[in-house]
Amino acid sequence: MTATTALSAPSAPARPAAGRSPAPAARRRAALHWIAVHTVAIAAALFFILPFVFVFLTSVMSDDQALSGDLWPTEWNWSNYADVFNTPGFLDWWRNSLMYAGLGTLFTVCSSIPVAYALAKFRFRGRRTAMIMVISTMMLPPQVIVIPMYLVWAQQLHLSGSLWPLIIPMAFGDAYSIFLLRQFLLTIPREYLESAKVDGSGELGTLLRIVVPMAKPGIAAVALFQFFYCWNDYFGPQIYAAQNPGAWTLSYGLESFKSAHSVNWNLTMAATLLVMAPVIIIFFFAQKAFVEGVTLTGVKG
Amino acid sequence: MATLTNAPALRRKARRERLRTLGFLSPWLVGFTVFFGYPLLATVYFSFMHYNQIEAPTFVGLRNWRYVLEQMPLFGPALWNTLWLVVVMVALRVVFGLGIGLLVTRIKSGVGFFRTAFYLPYLAPPVAATVAFVFLLNPGTGPVNDILGNIGIHAPNWFNDPAWAKPSLVLLSLWGIGDLMVIFMAALLDVPKEQYEAAELDGAGAFHKFRYVTWPSITPIVMFAVVTGVVQTMQYYTQALVAGKLASGVSIGPGSVIQPGYPDHSTLTVPQLVYSLGFQNFNTGAACVLSLVLFAIAMAVTTLLMRKRAGLLSAED
Repeated sequence: MTATTALSAPSAPARPAAGRSPAPAARRRAALHWIAVHTVAIAAALFFILPFVFVFLTSVMSDDQALSGDLWPTEWNWSNYADVFNTPGFLDWWRNSLMYAGLGTLFTVCSSIPVAYALAKFRFRGRRTAMIMVISTMMLPPQVIVIPMYLVWAQQLHLSGSLWPLIIPMAFGDAYSIFLLRQFLLTIPREYLESAKVDGSGELGTLLRIVVPMAKPGIAAVALFQFFYCWNDYFGPQIYAAQNPGAWTLSYGLESFKSAHSVNWNLTMAATLLVMAPVIIIFFFAQKAFVEGVTLTGVKG
Repeated sequence: MATLTNAPALRRKARRERLRTLGFLSPWLVGFTVFFGYPLLATVYFSFMHYNQIEAPTFVGLRNWRYVLEQMPLFGPALWNTLWLVVVMVALRVVFGLGIGLLVTRIKSGVGFFRTAFYLPYLAPPVAATVAFVFLLNPGTGPVNDILGNIGIHAPNWFNDPAWAKPSLVLLSLWGIGDLMVIFMAALLDVPKEQYEAAELDGAGAFHKFRYVTWPSITPIVMFAVVTGVVQTMQYYTQALVAGKLASGVSIGPGSVIQPGYPDHSTLTVPQLVYSLGFQNFNTGAACVLSLVLFAIAMAVTTLLMRKRAGLLSAED
């Protein structure tokens, strides 16, 4: 099982020298190897970390200094963050992002579990076809179907200018979540389910009392993915919420925030960090579930 | 197993099972029909219609198709940019992701730190990451060109140069390589240790060990990364749009009508063109034609994925 070892486990220990202590030449080679690997690793780490550092340092600079290309702030303007929060609309965007991501995640998880369970554990004709259809949906670019969907939501249901056209469909299963959950449910031994049935549990009872508790890590991974998907979504809010700034999300509003403060890179960088913050904080609390999900998509088959 | 005498009871049981299956699948069956089947058919319908979203649609035959495929000035650049990104971005992401994956499996000290450092950027919301990169790589006010200038490197104009805009997007996507790193790392740790030892006994060097032990074992994962990467890159939208808009320095909010793909349409992708046609020019017919072109390419890739298996469908399906 590689899923859990991905980010948290230490790397495999160096192979012990066979019986005797290694010759000086071999020891020197190993030391050089250690230095080479760690030099490359530090160089790579700089590429990944420095953007965060520069963004943070700029976020506390004065207006003028942020335009200068300077790296280190001469004075630390923590008030930039307060200014971002006091920008009209910014708190609304937070509320909208939380609503979209929260309800979207709840709906997705509740509607996808039974479907994934049926696809993983029931034997029925057309199961393979159903799986192919799920995967095709997963692969479909959202732009392909957006125009007729927009016309229905805007012209028939009059719900454009809100996030409901994005949230409601999630109550009808999400292909990616179904796929991921199914991969996870495949690993639950059939015997557990059969013994539950022998004990007189109905199919729904088995699902709620046996499968859901056992699948908690998988469900957590799917919930996190969906939360992040909604939080990061730009295209959806652009289609449905663009006309109504009161319905914008953080991811969508951020770009207009920059446009409105065309010279204030410091405020923009503060806002950028504030949009990233929830995702990164959640990651540190739920690292294992998240990494498990990533690994599950790629490795389990 | 079951007795043949009890046929009605068996039929009842079979019907009950069918109903149970349908019940469990029902959320998705409804969702698939309403949010996938219907819009797909409607897209085909609208591709034969002239429709500006105000007056009633009128049938125009193949006119939209001819217009998009033969006359539309931006179709060529958009298709070219999308294919360029699909080839270059996916190739570099896989190579770089594998490189970082290999590096991480060889680190002895501070593994946790390095893994987290390599992974975090993947989590940054695409809009936030793009805004940050447009600032960092800004030729006038950004710190990167300042640093490069100080050490005597004449830096390019990144997002403001048609020749460098797409490579800048590639750089941004390489920064968010964390998902591939995790997948490759898991695959690399799965390679049986004994095979390396056996290869070592045969006197294999690092390159031979990679070529004859590591590579055969991770090919399915590389295949998976390539195919999903292609599908993802065909949908490439947010980063290209936001980078183009911000780098252009035009101080207008979202929803504003500007020609996408700044500079010189170098970052215009097919999905952006769909949006622009459908929601800015209200040329619904042409937008639907373009959607279907995108769909055809996506389906071709997906079919390839099914054929090669690439870990998505197991043999028991």
